[in-house]
Amino acid sequence: MSVSQPYVSVRGMSFSRGDRLIYNNMDVDFPRGKVTAIMGPSGTGKTTLLRLIGGQLLPDSGTIMVDGHNVPTLPRKELFDLRRKKMGMLFQTGALFTDLNVFDNVAFPLRVHTDLPESMIRDLVLMKLEAVGLRGARNLSPAELSGGMARRVALARSIAMDPEIIMYDEPFTGLDPISMGMIVKLIRGLNEALGLTSLLVSHDVEESCAIADYLCLLSDGRVIGFGTPEELINEGNDEVRQFLRGEPDGPVPFHYPADDYRSDILAGVN
Amino acid sequence: MLGKLLDQLQAVGRSGTAAIEAIGRGTLLLKNSLFWGGPGSAGFYDLLKQIYSVGVRSLIIIVVAGFFVGMVLGLQGYNILIDFGSEAALGTMVSLTLLRELGPVVTALLFAGRAGSALTAEIGLMKATEQLSAMEMMGVDPFKRVITPRLWAGIISMPILALLFSTVGIWGGAFVAVDMLGIDDGAYWGNMQASVEFYEDVVKGIIKSVAFGVVVTWIAVYQGYDSVPTSEGIGKATTQTVVISSLAVLGLDFVLTAVMLGGV
Ligand SMILES: Nc1ncnc2c1ncn2[C@@H]1O[C@H](COP(=O)(O)OP(=O)(O)OP(=O)(O)O)[C@@H](O)[C@H]1O
Ligand SMILES: [Mg+2]
Repeated sequence: MSVSQPYVSVRGMSFSRGDRLIYNNMDVDFPRGKVTAIMGPSGTGKTTLLRLIGGQLLPDSGTIMVDGHNVPTLPRKELFDLRRKKMGMLFQTGALFTDLNVFDNVAFPLRVHTDLPESMIRDLVLMKLEAVGLRGARNLSPAELSGGMARRVALARSIAMDPEIIMYDEPFTGLDPISMGMIVKLIRGLNEALGLTSLLVSHDVEESCAIADYLCLLSDGRVIGFGTPEELINEGNDEVRQFLRGEPDGPVPFHYPADDYRSDILAGVN
Repeated sequence: MLGKLLDQLQAVGRSGTAAIEAIGRGTLLLKNSLFWGGPGSAGFYDLLKQIYSVGVRSLIIIVVAGFFVGMVLGLQGYNILIDFGSEAALGTMVSLTLLRELGPVVTALLFAGRAGSALTAEIGLMKATEQLSAMEMMGVDPFKRVITPRLWAGIISMPILALLFSTVGIWGGAFVAVDMLGIDDGAYWGNMQASVEFYEDVVKGIIKSVAFGVVVTWIAVYQGYDSVPTSEGIGKATTQTVVISSLAVLGLDFVLTAVMLGGV
């Protein structure tokens, strides 16, 4: 596979939740070895997109190729193999295993998937924890962590198996400036050192522009802008510029789809 | 008028299809999680851990309940049998009642309340906090990792707990009959030994409690896995576990008893 080929390639993908069409015939490519920030209004389906790529949700139609494998049609066993060997995902909530302490959480994928001796697992876990600055917290249980600490432990866990692609779902929310700077550095570092493909869902325009090679803007089930941060800021259309500048009025809707406001209010009067 | 009737008919139909769908999903879950092997399958250690939390932690409630039930049986049986002058048969009555019926059934009901509800809540919470999703994304199958050891822990623990319940109950009966009411020691134990048969009474009781173990644990893990991942949804699923598995145990008990006695 050539280097220039995208790592994730979505074609003609549609996905709906109940009556609501979240993606409508969407095409998008995420380049190999780059950091792509996925941005868009809350509720557009960014988390949903990551779950579709990870094979946790099935699209109604279309293909989702991850490194040459069409995820929606993979048999269960091959899907699990693909995830184990190539994917890492950082969940919005951290999703640490509450019955294991910090050390065992990070060690979990290593213990399940490898036959490494315990001494080597220890070294690996401590390395990953050191990278997120929490080596000293290894004996705490998830309940004893703050939200930001939990996210960092989860990050350490998702890189434990050295995946080829990591999907970060809002890694910056709830982090103090120092941890944030550190995570930004870590994400970039992983990318440069290991050639990882990173997909990063974030609401933080400034941070995303600083860290990402490409921005992918979603709204209303489509890609409204894809390009380097400079390209989008300078040459993007109205929608894109509205979003990147954080203006409330413009073509991008702030509201969840609803009936006309006036008639909705008046309906209660009658 | 007609519209309302149609609405009601539809509601009945919907709950019918919902129930059938639930049975289908439950069967799939059982199929996917009954056997070991698969991505990130749980190990022997995980099974032991679950037997501890499902079985060992239910010991106290089982022992205490068994003792009381045995004592009540001793007391009630004595008052019935004494009218016929056959209080010497009390040991037989207590032991047969416990081994054939009360041991397996009451243990299963207590187990549903104590361990089943805890299993549902635990799995439901794992789902709500995305721990199951996180596992999937690590290439670990939550069926094999989370459900399988819990299912087997329940199936293994139940007959052991039921036997323990019956044993303690027989002691409780003896405590009342022999120590308090003054029935002859030898009559209580001797008649019991003479009339209790290993296959007819003990083994059949064990078969029952294995069946209850499967049913109760299956319902518990299914309710947890299928719960709506919110605090309300988990609360509802926990209640459902206790209600459905209690009814299932009582219904199944009748069926199994009828089949084993060959009377129906
Ligand atoms: N389990 C679900 N069942 C039904 N609808 C859902 C479910 N999860 C999400 N949705 C709907 O799908 C849409 C997209 O959700 P998603 O979580 O992907 O949004 P998001 O872009 O990640 O938002 P945020 O930035 O707030 O995290 C939302 O409008 C939501 O209402
Ligand atoms: Mg989201």
